Amino acid sequence: MNILSLFVLIPLLMLLALWLARGVKGVRGVMVVGASALLALAVWLTFAYLQWRRGGAGEEMFLTDSLMWYAPLHICYAVGVDGISVVMLLLSAIIVFTGTFASWRLQPMTKEYFLWFTLLSLGVLGFFISTDLFTMFMFYEVALIPMYLLIGVWGSGRKEYAAMKLTLMLMGGSAFLLIGILGIYYGAGAETMNVLELAKAHIPAEVQHIFFPLVFLGFGVLGALFPFHTWSPDGHASAPTAVSMLHAGVLMKLGGYGCFRVAMYLMPEGAAMWGDVFLILTTISVVYGAFSAVVQTDLKYINAYSSVSHCGLVLFALLMMTRVSCTGAILQMLSHGLMTALFFALIGMIYGRTHTRDIRQLRGLMKIMPFLAVGYVVAGLANLGLPGLSGFVAEMTVFVGSFENADVFHRTCTIIATTSIVITAVYILRVVGRILYGTCTNEAHLKLTDATWDERVAVICLIAAVAGLGLAPWWVSDMINVSVDPIVSRVASLLTFNDGVSVVCSDLSRMMAEWAGCAGAML
Amino acid sequence: MELNLLYYLVPGTVMMFCGVYGFFTRRSLLAVLLSVELMLNAVNINFAVFNRFLFPDALEGHFFSLFGIAISAAETAVAIAIMINVYRNLNGINTDDIRKLKG
Amino acid sequence: MEYTLYILLLPALSFLLLALAGMKMGHRTAGLIGTLSLAIVAVLSWWAAAEYFTMPRQADGTLAALRPYNVEWLPFTDTLHIDMGILVDPLSVLMLVVVSTVSLMVHIYSFGYMKGERGFQRYYAFLSLFTFAMLGLVVATNIFQMYVFWELVGVSSYLLIGFYYTKPEAIAASKKAFIVTRFADLGFLIGILIYGYVLGTYDFSPSEQSLMQGGLMMPAALGLMFVGGAGKSAMFPLHIWLPDAMEGPTPVSALIHAATMVVAGVYQVARLFPIYIGFAPQTLHMIVAVGAFTAFYAATVACVQTDIKRVLAFSTISQIGFMMVALGVCTSADPHEGGLGYMASMYHLFTHAMFKALLFLGAGSIIHAVHSNEMSTMGGLHKYMPVTHITFLIACLAIAGIPPFSGFFSKDEILAACFRYSDVVGWVMTVIAGMTAFYMFRLYYGIFWGKENKALHEAHRPHESPFVMTFPLLFLALVTCVAGFIPFGHFVSSDGTIYDIHIEPSVAAVSIIVAVVAILLATGMYFRERQPVAVMLQRRFPRLHEAAYRRFYMDEVWLFVTKRIIFRWVSRPLAWFDRHVIDQFFNFTAWGANATAEEIQPMQSGNIQSYTIWFFVGIIGIALFMLAF
Repeated sequence: MNILSLFVLIPLLMLLALWLARGVKGVRGVMVVGASALLALAVWLTFAYLQWRRGGAGEEMFLTDSLMWYAPLHICYAVGVDGISVVMLLLSAIIVFTGTFASWRLQPMTKEYFLWFTLLSLGVLGFFISTDLFTMFMFYEVALIPMYLLIGVWGSGRKEYAAMKLTLMLMGGSAFLLIGILGIYYGAGAETMNVLELAKAHIPAEVQHIFFPLVFLGFGVLGALFPFHTWSPDGHASAPTAVSMLHAGVLMKLGGYGCFRVAMYLMPEGAAMWGDVFLILTTISVVYGAFSAVVQTDLKYINAYSSVSHCGLVLFALLMMTRVSCTGAILQMLSHGLMTALFFALIGMIYGRTHTRDIRQLRGLMKIMPFLAVGYVVAGLANLGLPGLSGFVAEMTVFVGSFENADVFHRTCTIIATTSIVITAVYILRVVGRILYGTCTNEAHLKLTDATWDERVAVICLIAAVAGLGLAPWWVSDMINVSVDPIVSRVASLLTFNDGVSVVCSDLSRMMAEWAGCAGAML
Repeated sequence: MELNLLYYLVPGTVMMFCGVYGFFTRRSLLAVLLSVELMLNAVNINFAVFNRFLFPDALEGHFFSLFGIAISAAETAVAIAIMINVYRNLNGINTDDIRKLKG
Repeated sequence: MEYTLYILLLPALSFLLLALAGMKMGHRTAGLIGTLSLAIVAVLSWWAAAEYFTMPRQADGTLAALRPYNVEWLPFTDTLHIDMGILVDPLSVLMLVVVSTVSLMVHIYSFGYMKGERGFQRYYAFLSLFTFAMLGLVVATNIFQMYVFWELVGVSSYLLIGFYYTKPEAIAASKKAFIVTRFADLGFLIGILIYGYVLGTYDFSPSEQSLMQGGLMMPAALGLMFVGGAGKSAMFPLHIWLPDAMEGPTPVSALIHAATMVVAGVYQVARLFPIYIGFAPQTLHMIVAVGAFTAFYAATVACVQTDIKRVLAFSTISQIGFMMVALGVCTSADPHEGGLGYMASMYHLFTHAMFKALLFLGAGSIIHAVHSNEMSTMGGLHKYMPVTHITFLIACLAIAGIPPFSGFFSKDEILAACFRYSDVVGWVMTVIAGMTAFYMFRLYYGIFWGKENKALHEAHRPHESPFVMTFPLLFLALVTCVAGFIPFGHFVSSDGTIYDIHIEPSVAAVSIIVAVVAILLATGMYFRERQPVAVMLQRRFPRLHEAAYRRFYMDEVWLFVTKRIIFRWVSRPLAWFDRHVIDQFFNFTAWGANATAEEIQPMQSGNIQSYTIWFFVGIIGIALFMLAF
C-alpha cells in the first residue's frame, strides 16, 4: 500500500477511535496520538523526499500511485507528492498538532468537536496528496462542510451568519470549480482525470481561455481573492480558535495550491491570457487588505484582513509566473500558514481569558500574561517581515521573483505590492502598542493568569517552526524550487509580457463579439 | 347505424373531463375520489374499446381494464381509509383544510 | 581571520541565552553574561583591526578585502542569492571597532544606570540583539545581507525605545521610529530589487560590464537605497523619529541613536561608494543637498530645545548631515583629487561615535543625578559632578571643533573637502559648524553653570555617578583626546591607498575662529545666572522661537499625513467600502436568493388540486407545442 494513504487512513482511524472514546481524557488521548502520528509521518516524508531528490530522481512526483475508482469517468484515487505538496503536508500536520493543543480545554461537546475537526484535517490532507482532479475536488468538499458546523456550533459572535456566509461563498466557488474541472476533463479528450497525465494532453487554447478563469476563481475564493474575500473576516472572527488556525493556516492555502497545480499547470495558455486581469485583482487584495486592517478594532478582524493581504500576495506571486516568484508564493503559503495560526492561537487564548477581542478594552497585557504577549510580539514581527522569521524569507522571494518581469505593468504592480510591508508594520505595531504595552486599568484583567502548559506547547511549536523557516530557508526553498520548475516552465514560454493588458482586452472583446455572434445565431 | 369506435370514445372523453373538472373543483375528498374513479373508468372504457375495434385478436386491452378495475377498487379502499382517519383527526375532509403535512 | 565569526556569534548566543533564560537569572548574572560576551567581541574586533591593518599591502597599495566566511542563505536563481558572510575590509573593520567599543562601554555603563530596573535582563538581551544585528550589518558581504541586518537593527531599536513599555510616550516613540524607518526601507528594498535585477548580483562589487549596461537604472537604484539610508540616518524629512526615540533609556540613545545605528545610512553610502562615483554621480549631488539642509535645519532646532537629550539628538542629526555632505562632495575615487570627503566622512563617523556616545552617557549620568531631562532642573551642576563635568566639556570641545580634540581634525577634513567641491557648500558648512559650537555650549552652560535650580538641588542633592558609570566616560574622553592623532588616512581612504592627513591652514584657521566666536557668544549669553540677551532674543522673535522649538512643525506635518491621510482618507473609507459595498453585495445576493424563494413559495401550496391544475396546463401546453411543430 502506498504510504501516502496513511495521511487519509490515520484521520479515519482517529475518527473511529474518537467515536469509541469515552470521556474527555479518552478524546484528548486519541487526538494527541493521532496528531503526533500525522506530524511524525509528515516529518518523515519531508526527509524521505529530500533523500529521494538527492538521489537524483528525475520524475516530477514522489510515491505516485493510482487506483481506479470509477472507470467510466476515469476517476482514480491517485496520489503522489512533489516538493510543494510535501511542505503543505508538513504545514497541515503542524497545524493539526498545535490546533489540538490549542483546543485542549474546549467545552462543550468536546468529542463531537474533535470528530469534525479530524474530518476537516482529513479533507485537507487528502487534498494535498491527491493528483486526481476529482479526488482533489472531493477532499476539498470534505474539508468545507465540517467548517460550517464547527463555526455554527462552537463559534462566537454572529456565528450562524458567519458560518452560512462562509459556506455559501466557498460553495459558490466550488461550483465554478466543478465546471472548470469538467471543462478540463472534456477539453483534454475525456480520457483521464490525473493531473500529471492531463498535463501531457493538450487542451485547446479556446477551452483554456474559458475554463481558466472558472478554476482560478473557484480556488481564488478560498484564497481570499478580492472581491471574494468577505467571508474571511466574518468567518475567522466567529470560528473557534483551532478552526481559525486550520482555516487560515491551511484551508486558505488550498486555494493557492489549487490555482497553481490545477489552473496554471493544466491551462498555461489560459493563464497567459488571464494573468494580467487577475494580477490586478491580487494587487488590490494585497494593498486593500493591509489598509483595511489598519482601522479594525477586533483582533480577529485585524488578522483576517491581514490574511487577505498575505494570501493575496500568494496569488500575486503565482501570477507573476517566474520561477522565483512561484517559489516565493509557496514559501509565503507556508510562512503565512504558520504565523497566522500562531496569531489565531494567541488571540484565542487571550480571548479565552479576557472575553473580549476589542483592542480598545485591552491594555497592558505584557505584565499580566507575559508568555502570551511575547508570543504575540513574535507573531507580529513575523507578520511584518522581520528577518530571521519566516515572513521575510517568503516576501523577499516573492518580490525578487516578481521584479524579474521587466515590463512596466508588472513593475508597477510589484512596487504597489511592496508598500504593503509598511502598512503591515502600521497595523501590527498599532495592536502591539495598544493591547500589550501600557498599564492595565481593568481590575478583572489584572487577575488573569498566563498560558497553561497545553497552550505553551502550541505556541512554542509554532514559534519554533516560524523561526526555523526564517533562519534556515535554503532547504525549503530548494525543495520548492525544483518542483515549481515544471509548472512554471510550461507557463513562462507562453507569456507575452510587453502588452499583456492590451492582449487580454482585445481577446476579451473578440470573445464577447464571438459570444454575441453565437447568441444571435441561436436566436 | 353501426356502432363504430366514436360512439364509445365520446362518452369516454366526456367521462374523463367530467372527472378532471370534478378533481379540480371539488373541495370534498369524497368528491375528488369519485372524480378519480370517473377518470379511471373512462380509461378502462378506452382500453376495452380500442382492443375490441383495433386489435380484435388480442386480449391485452381487456386485461388492462380488469387491472384498472382491481386497482381502482384497492385504491378506493385505501383512500376511504385515509379519509376516515383524516375525518377523525380534523373533523372534516375538505381539501383546503388538509395542509398539516406542508412545512 | 576565521575568528571574526565569533564576533557575530557571541552576541547572538548571549541574546538567545538571555531571552530564553534571562528571567530566571539574577540581574547581576544577566548583565555579566551580556557584558562579558561583548568584552570578548571588543577584544576580537580590536585584534582583527590590528591584524588586518598590519597585513602586507597589495601591489597597488590597497589592503585586500577578505571573506573568511560566506554561505548561501537563500537562493533565488543561479546568480541571485542572499549570502550570509563576513567581509573584512578597511571600512568594515573600522565599523567593527566603533560598534564593539561603544557597545562595550554602554554595556558597562548600563550596570549602573539601569540598576534595579524591572526588566534588567530583557534590557541586556535587547542590547545583545542590537549589537549582533549591527555587527552583522557592518560585515555584510552583499547588499541583501545588509538589508537583513538593517531590519534587525530597526526592530531592536524599536524594542529598546519601547523598553519602558508602560509609558505612553515610549510606546508612541517606538512605533514612530519603526514605521518611519520602515517606510524609508521600502525605498531601500526597491533599490535592492533594481540593483539585483540590473546587475544580476547582490554583491557590493558587481562586474564593470553589468554596471555599464545599467545606464540610468543605477542612479535610480542608488537613490532609492539612499532613501532607506536617509530614514535610518534621520535625514530631513525622515528625521522625525530620532528626537522622539530619546524616550528610550539613555545608554540606548548613546549606542543606537548616536553612535552606531544612525550612521548606518552613511555606512551604506560609503559601502557603495565606488558605484556612486563611477555610475551615479548625480545621486551624490542630491546627497550633498539633503545632507547640508538637514545639518542646517537640525542645528537651528538644537539651539532652542530645552530637553538635553533632544538637543543631543538634533546635534546627532546635524553631524550625520556633515558626514553625508562629506560623502556627497566627492568627485573621484582618488583621495588627492576629490575623494578626500570619503576619508573625512569615515573619520568623522569614528570620532563622532566616540564623543557623541560620551555626550549621551554624560547626559545619562546627569539625568541619573537629577531625575529629569529638562534643563530647567539643572544648572550649576559642576559643583556636584566633577567627572561628568570634565568629560562632558571635552566632548563639547571636540564637537565644536577645538584642537587638539578629535572632532577638530575630522571636521576640518570635511570642511576642506567641501571647499574643494564648491565655496558655497564650504561656507555653509562652516557656518553650521559655528552653530554647532554655539548650541553645544549653550547646552553645556545650561547644565553645569548658568541658572541653578537651587530649590530642587537642596531637596535632592545631585551626586556624582558610581565608578561603573564614570569609567566609560573617562575611557571615551580619553579616546576623544587622542583620536585626532590617529593617522586615519592610512587605514581608510576612498581608493584604499595610504593618504596622509594634512591640515589646510586656511580652512583650519577659519573654522577655529568661527568656533571660538560661537563659544564666546554662548558664554556671553548663557554662562551667568542672568541671561538678558537670550531672554531678549526670545521676546523679540517669539514666532521664530516657537517654530524652532516645535521643530518647524515637521511632526505636525507627518501626523497630518499619517492620521489624516492614511487613517481617515484611505483606511476608513476602504474599511467602510469593504463592509458596506462588497460585503453588502454578497449579502444582497444571498438576500435575493432568499427573497425569490419567499416569492415563489406560495406556489408550493400543498394543495394537490392546484398542483394538478398546473400539471394539466403543462400537458396542454406541451401537446399544443407538439401539434404546432
